[in-house]
Amino acid sequence: MKLMMSIARNPAVLGLVAVLALAGCSSKRTLPNSPGELGLGGSGAVPGSQQDLTLNVGDRIFFDTDSAAIRPDSATTLDRQAAWLKKYPDKSVTIEGHADERGTREYNLALGARRAAATRSYLISKGISSNRIKTISYGKERPVAVCDDISCWSQNRRAVTVVTGVGS
Amino acid sequence: MLWLTSTRHSCFEGNSLSTMPTTIHRSPIAEFSNLILRALVFICGLAALAAPAHALVEIDINKGNVEPLPMAVTDFVSQDDLGPQISAVIAEDLRRSGLFSPIQKAAFIQKISNPDVAPRFEDWRVINAQALVVGRVSKEADGRLRAEFRLWDTFAGEQLIGQQFFTQPENWRRVAHIIADAIYEELTGERGYFDTRVVFVSETGPRNERQKQLAIMDQDGANLRYLTQGNDLVLTPRFSPSRQEVTYMSFADGEPRVYLLQLETGQREIVGNFPGMTFSPRFSPDGQKVIMSLQQGGNANIYTMDLRTRATTRLTDTAAIDTSPSYSPDGNRIVFESDRGGRQQLYVMNEDGGNQQRISFGDGSYSTPVWSPRGDLIAFTKQSGGKFSIGVMRPDGSGERILTTGFHNEGPTWSPNGRVIMFFRQPAGAAGPQLYSIDLTGYNEQRVETPSYGSDPAWSPLLK
Repeated sequence: MKLMMSIARNPAVLGLVAVLALAGCSSKRTLPNSPGELGLGGSGAVPGSQQDLTLNVGDRIFFDTDSAAIRPDSATTLDRQAAWLKKYPDKSVTIEGHADERGTREYNLALGARRAAATRSYLISKGISSNRIKTISYGKERPVAVCDDISCWSQNRRAVTVVTGVGS
Repeated sequence: MLWLTSTRHSCFEGNSLSTMPTTIHRSPIAEFSNLILRALVFICGLAALAAPAHALVEIDINKGNVEPLPMAVTDFVSQDDLGPQISAVIAEDLRRSGLFSPIQKAAFIQKISNPDVAPRFEDWRVINAQALVVGRVSKEADGRLRAEFRLWDTFAGEQLIGQQFFTQPENWRRVAHIIADAIYEELTGERGYFDTRVVFVSETGPRNERQKQLAIMDQDGANLRYLTQGNDLVLTPRFSPSRQEVTYMSFADGEPRVYLLQLETGQREIVGNFPGMTFSPRFSPDGQKVIMSLQQGGNANIYTMDLRTRATTRLTDTAAIDTSPSYSPDGNRIVFESDRGGRQQLYVMNEDGGNQQRISFGDGSYSTPVWSPRGDLIAFTKQSGGKFSIGVMRPDGSGERILTTGFHNEGPTWSPNGRVIMFFRQPAGAAGPQLYSIDLTGYNEQRVETPSYGSDPAWSPLLK
């Protein structure tokens, strides 16, 4: 508890805690699961790994309701993702588009695809080769946050960048 | 394979049965073998004990909140438990329709021991049973089941229907549903819908790790079978109108695509070779085409694939999300949803994609349109004011009526007679979705029981 409070007082670490909270209910493949792996000691994430992207760059962006527009805060994250992808040119990614649960199934599949496509287009516009970026939509089928108010819905309207290239 | 003679007044027995191919499938996939309904239900007329009457007992099912008709479904006379079991299935079908109120057996005065003798009508009138169902079930020498029933109008003292059926013993529930359909049809003047099945998505596990399987069951929830193992995310199954076949969407192999599944063999195949996610499939009324959406970039457009020629045809071409296509029963028109105007709205077009017209203009957004098998209405999901409703409107967009509204109702499907709509309801909170049915009038909402959570129901045509 003391540790948590001391961490929370440090704004730089606070951002990290937020990422952890999200990742905590995300898909297993992207889960950091011990303090060492989390890089709390300033080490842990293998450069160029999913963990590196998740912790040091930001693996996901969020969207407004029924929108696929890239928000300014998301653009900042995607700029960092583009720089990361340039640093690791052998890496490929799949962008997973998601919708919140407040829509109908088929439309949300298309909306998730539209968000993934918008994310992909942004990265391409920043110089990343299109053949390194695949997309998939999960519609409303894979929520990370489960509750029935806006605090969850806004976390579920997301595009998550998943490293797929085997690389070095 | 599935055969059911629809001949009501002639009897096919003996030789005609032995010449029918009897399929004992040794399916490589064991789970499917139970699905093969070797129905072989033969219907024969029973000699009327009194002149066949025109139904004096009649129900006007268009009046809305109908007072259910009190009636008596007596235990079919039998050597074993099968008689009472068949009667229970019939009574439950009729009760769930909301149009009939089967009277408790404890109130019965006369015990029916011979269904071939006219009942003591006064004994039934006195408990206000306006219609009376009697029957008998027995085993033939060849092992087949023989089921007979008569429907009586107790106030007129006349027999309305008398039929007998021959089938394999394992089909006893189907015989019960067929009898319930015959009673429903006689008393309402509309086709029944009890001898049908529902394919849906069975859901287990917590919301952020939900496992989904395709499942199929009789419309009353009996005979549930799983069609997929749960390894892959599967969505939106829909029945073929003409074959033992389902089209659905699956994320198998990490590529979201539309599939066809043969119910008898378990064989599955991808529909078409499209460069992107295909989803929201549905059959054409003749069963020869699958209509679906293809996602390309941020846009979804509607395509068909002819299942015989494999030819694909593009029907819409917009920078929007066009999805949830559903044919009119004559196959001439298609209703679908599109956000081309900003929000999801319903549109109707010709079957070749021409003449696209918006039909929904109310507050909120409209999605998942499904054309009624009778052609007269389109059911939809409506989102407005943070609520999700199921409603119907005419194909020109007029006459919108909301049948049920709440936190989240979605995905209507029609009973084959166009009287009842099934849908799924996701409550607020941790619990998952459940299936419900509701009468076209907006009355008689019923939970459809499933062993775990359920979503995306699709009603079959009447079985054949």
